[in-house]
Amino acid sequence: MPEPMGFFTDTTVCIGCKACEVACKEWNQLPAENGGIRELSGDSYDNTRRLDGIHWRHVRFIEQFKGPYDGRWLMMSDVCKHCVQAGCLEVCPTGAIIRTEFDTVVIQSDVCNGCRACIAACPFGVIDINPVSGTAQKCTLCYDRLKVGLEPACSKACPTDSIQFGAISELRTRAQKRVEQLHAQGVQANLYGADPNGALGGLNSFYLLVDRPEVYGLPRQPQLPASQLAKSGSLSVASAAVLGLLAIVGLRKRRMDEQSRGGPGNV
Amino acid sequence: MSDTFFSGAPHWTWFIIPYFFVGGLAGGASFLAAVIDLFGKPEDRPVVRTGHNVAAVGAILSGLLLTIDLGKPLRFWHMLFQSENLPAIMFKPWSPISFGAWAILLFGLCSVLSVLGARAEEGRLQNPALRAVGGTVRGGVAKLVSGAGGLLGIFVAGYTGVLLSVTNRPIWADSPWLGALFVASGASTGAATLILLGPRRGATEQAVHRLSAFDTRALVVELLILVLFLVSLGSVNRVWLSFWGLLLVVGVIGLGILVPLGLHLKPTSFGGLAARPIANAAKLVLLGGFLLRLATMLASEGIERYRVAAGI
Ligand code: SF4
Ligand code: SF4
Repeated sequence: MPEPMGFFTDTTVCIGCKACEVACKEWNQLPAENGGIRELSGDSYDNTRRLDGIHWRHVRFIEQFKGPYDGRWLMMSDVCKHCVQAGCLEVCPTGAIIRTEFDTVVIQSDVCNGCRACIAACPFGVIDINPVSGTAQKCTLCYDRLKVGLEPACSKACPTDSIQFGAISELRTRAQKRVEQLHAQGVQANLYGADPNGALGGLNSFYLLVDRPEVYGLPRQPQLPASQLAKSGSLSVASAAVLGLLAIVGLRKRRMDEQSRGGPGNV
Repeated sequence: MSDTFFSGAPHWTWFIIPYFFVGGLAGGASFLAAVIDLFGKPEDRPVVRTGHNVAAVGAILSGLLLTIDLGKPLRFWHMLFQSENLPAIMFKPWSPISFGAWAILLFGLCSVLSVLGARAEEGRLQNPALRAVGGTVRGGVAKLVSGAGGLLGIFVAGYTGVLLSVTNRPIWADSPWLGALFVASGASTGAATLILLGPRRGATEQAVHRLSAFDTRALVVELLILVLFLVSLGSVNRVWLSFWGLLLVVGVIGLGILVPLGLHLKPTSFGGLAARPIANAAKLVLLGGFLLRLATMLASEGIERYRVAAGI
């Protein structure tokens, strides 16, 4: 059994070249949006805008400027987090979403029926329907490449090693060293998703960030969807019981009324 | 800021909203039919039969709407059986969409059996095979099937709300009350449907009055849960500062709950609507039930992820 594999993305060295986006699209033969006629978003250099069924990598551009020469760019190549406890896998009713031998999370397109439960379940807004296949799709962490000993296309293409691929245990050590290095330089840096005891049991694609997670479009405390099940289910059962009682009381009352009037209350 | 604002919208819209409404209404009608079947009197039979009919048609329609909405409709059975490992069953008790698929199937089965039983009893089945099946659903078996159908029905009405809560989407996952709310709305819309259709199947005036008395109580419960739902949303309530909020207040609370309650309690204050207060109230309850699904679904669907939360 191979070790859990994944990505460590050091956002401080991302230069926003989008080589990862292109490599992902090429390797996975993902179709162009809108027949290749790209609408400019007007939002910085980001015309991809989000992860979805045909964009499995997305480079975010966050402009933090107080004035024309006073500010910074944050860039981050976003992808499926291959959560150790994955919400998408939890809810998928067809069993299309599986955990692989590399501890990554993969959607089997031939099993998925496009119910879209996984889209709403993912805390990170990663999945969407690929209009060509009609099924839910997202990053597979290049399962096909991993099987033959290759590294994923995106990390292979990344010219600055902002995206690093490897065994999770080794990536965590490397990430910790980088955080210490940045702290020594006076840069406020934190790891997101590297803690195996943290949210979702840790993320197999984790990040080094220099601002709050929300700034990068990441939830502070991502949850598994089923954490709501017990409470929501019990309240529903309780309300059904109350309504059932109200209905029965209504029928009993009628019987008593009829009896007091001397009518046929004998059923 | 709720973490739910970072998730993606599943595009559950024009088939799923009617499905949630029809499923709720059919489930509520089946639940009431079962209660009346088990605790009522022989003269209530027309209401019970109407309930079973509504349940059967509603369950079939629900299944169709759910299937059409899939990206790959022909693979609907992948939710019931393991496509790569037949005939193994596909069932995840922690995933509402998984156990819900089974619930709809079984609900439809019970409702259709109840309808066949009632038709066989009335001698209205021509087809010998159907007559044979209907003939087995009588006496104790009929009560059992009706009871199971009622329980499955209210389950179907409520699981749709639980399904929404078991996500990471704004509004839906921000409150545990959505399932309870859909249960109450299923009961009120189910009763309203029986009020409107019952008389055609021979329901007496008293039976309709009793249904309307139940609807009044169900609407009070629904209003109470709706308030608890909104309170539990906390700061997420700002999503209602939109067209959907207006729809919730005017359409769901005003037209769908308060006006019908008023019509039940003091019809004379409602001018033209007071001519047929019970039927008009029932129509408004149905409208309110539909708008409840519409507002809660589309308010969440419409939120553009990331940007709202990050302010970027
Ligand atoms: S990030 Fe979303 S899509 Fe990826 S494994 Fe986690 S829950 Fe699933
Ligand atoms: S859309 Fe496909 S992968 Fe997603 S939950 Fe439904 S069946 Fe599973």
